[in-house]
Amino acid sequence: MSDEHSRAGGGQGDILAELEAEVAHELEEQRPPAGGPAYQVVAGLVTLAVGVLGAVLAHGYGLGSLRRPGPGLWPFVISAVIIALSVVLLVVGRRLTDSEQFSRSSVLPLVGLATFVGLAFLLPVIGFEIPALLLCVVWLRFLGGESWRSTAAVSVGTVAAFYALFLYGLGIPLPHLF
Amino acid sequence: MDAFLDGFAVVSQPENLLYCLIGVLIGMLIGVLPGLGPAATMAILLPVVVTVDPVAAVIMLAGIYYGAQYGGTITSVLLRLPGEASSVVTVFDGYALAKQGKAGTALGVAAIGSFVGATFSIILLSLSAPLVAGWALDFGPAEYAALALLGVLLIATIGSGHPVKALIAASIGLLLATVGRDSFSNAQRFSFESMQLADGLDFVVVAMGLFGVGEILYNLEERHGKAHVPAAVNNIWPSRKELRTAAPAIGRGSVIGFFLGVLPGGGAVMSSLAAYATEKRISKTPERFGRGAIEGVAAPETANNAAATSSFIPLLTLGIPANASMAMLFAALLVLGVTPGPQLLEERPDLFWGVVNSMYIGNVLLLILSLPLVRIFVRILRVRPAILAPITALITILGVYTINNSTFDIFVMIAFGILGYLMKKVGFEPGPMVLAFVLGALLENNVRRALLIFDGDPTGFLTRPISGTILALFLVAALFPIVQAVRHRRRAPVPDETTQREDVLR
Repeated sequence: MSDEHSRAGGGQGDILAELEAEVAHELEEQRPPAGGPAYQVVAGLVTLAVGVLGAVLAHGYGLGSLRRPGPGLWPFVISAVIIALSVVLLVVGRRLTDSEQFSRSSVLPLVGLATFVGLAFLLPVIGFEIPALLLCVVWLRFLGGESWRSTAAVSVGTVAAFYALFLYGLGIPLPHLF
Repeated sequence: MDAFLDGFAVVSQPENLLYCLIGVLIGMLIGVLPGLGPAATMAILLPVVVTVDPVAAVIMLAGIYYGAQYGGTITSVLLRLPGEASSVVTVFDGYALAKQGKAGTALGVAAIGSFVGATFSIILLSLSAPLVAGWALDFGPAEYAALALLGVLLIATIGSGHPVKALIAASIGLLLATVGRDSFSNAQRFSFESMQLADGLDFVVVAMGLFGVGEILYNLEERHGKAHVPAAVNNIWPSRKELRTAAPAIGRGSVIGFFLGVLPGGGAVMSSLAAYATEKRISKTPERFGRGAIEGVAAPETANNAAATSSFIPLLTLGIPANASMAMLFAALLVLGVTPGPQLLEERPDLFWGVVNSMYIGNVLLLILSLPLVRIFVRILRVRPAILAPITALITILGVYTINNSTFDIFVMIAFGILGYLMKKVGFEPGPMVLAFVLGALLENNVRRALLIFDGDPTGFLTRPISGTILALFLVAALFPIVQAVRHRRRAPVPDETTQREDVLR
């Protein structure tokens, strides 16, 4: 794209820019509304904090010299770059429209996440079958809006298939109850 | 030449053929289904891959990547819903053709173009890869450091997303790569006295989190809820006249795709845009574009396949992944105990030529799948995404557990999944982070090795001819977007709506 722009400047560059705008518009229709400056500022501050934290810790590991770089030199340089870029983002990025507002439907990923964490905790304790079945039920019935009938059929089928695939097909010792 | 022919012997082993078929089938499938992209799919399947033979594993993963380019077309044409980002421009003319009852023609031309573009690219890949690899064999630490740095920068600046955000993501990826034991001094960094972090973060786990879990969570919110009813598909074979119209576009698309695909960060998305723009510009009747011009389907679909194929060149010859999917392949190779780089061709000719030649066969398989069998794939569009979501979720969690039989890995993956989801919400692409993470150790080690060689003098990077040239390119690539932005602002003092839309796309 870069040489496209420099070579033509006029004709092709314009078509390409037009096209990009059209494509972006196309994609935009499917996107939730943008989050606004607050989202951008928070993002910039978080990355800034990561940079500062990284720099402080790296400094503690010992920077050494260019002739004898210490373990902290490389992460320190990277952290400095993160800090610089974060400042740039905070200055120029406030009006970007590439974020997405959190909405009521953002609860869905949160529920999905909870099932992930639940499965991770239960897996070593009671094996994978029951937690996996529960995960399927939650995802199909509550997150996916499937009927109870298809929920039951798909959940049981999926867990059975995984049981067969992992324990027999691939011979991987997954913790299991039965 | 012998090694090249031996490569075909490798592919034609029944096991490898089977994995090639599985790969392209999965690729077509995820291409057809909106939601998971090829990089996420490859990430999710990494644990399964570890259990198979390296050659077969890489053949399968490669098949997923180029297969997805074929599949992405189908939803663009039939539903006006691009399955893959690289098929977005196909929507304009593809869907217009479908509305005129010519969906079959559009799909047929796209499949033929895809096949021609990919095959053209594989032939050039077969010819040029040994040359590039041979040339790169002399590379020392300075050259590698410069090359990796250029790769990370290009991926961040010409990939999708805002360049500053992409660079921040990439830098954080480099920082994450330093977690654990420093290989030079054995000092612990950022591990906070945790035993599990002492050896660093496992990139399979990180990639599965950022790409896999991140995308799964994001899709839960996106609600691709209901299944769509696709347009009917008739006569898949385009007429002779239509083929004659499409042929030049296919030719140009092949060339554009091949060259843009080699660039880090370039790849399929950018080349499909460039190919479409080229066709529209040189056409005598540009007004037909967007209203069902057959070239408008042929050019981008050819280019994205050519680019998908040629993006293997930097990975297989230099060990530098050009895009997120190639980073997953890079990760897979490392897990399998193979270091991609110029020595790959000499040390593992079976793997190198096996994978390259599997693409010839994979593309023939895809041509068959997407011409006579396309109706079956159209039917898959009727499967509700809600049914597939828990299955992908389970593959991901159980898969990551099996790598080290460790629940700690599941939690690390979930943490990176949350990060990936939040990044998407605030407009950061996870791609540059994963790529930089994968390249991080290579970059740091080579910078430090080079500094030792230069006795602490950083100007050594600039005075060596190859690393100096690469760093000069780095400067050009770094300054270009800034210069362009300034010029842009001068031309249009008020940031109008179009530029903001462009930001969304980039």
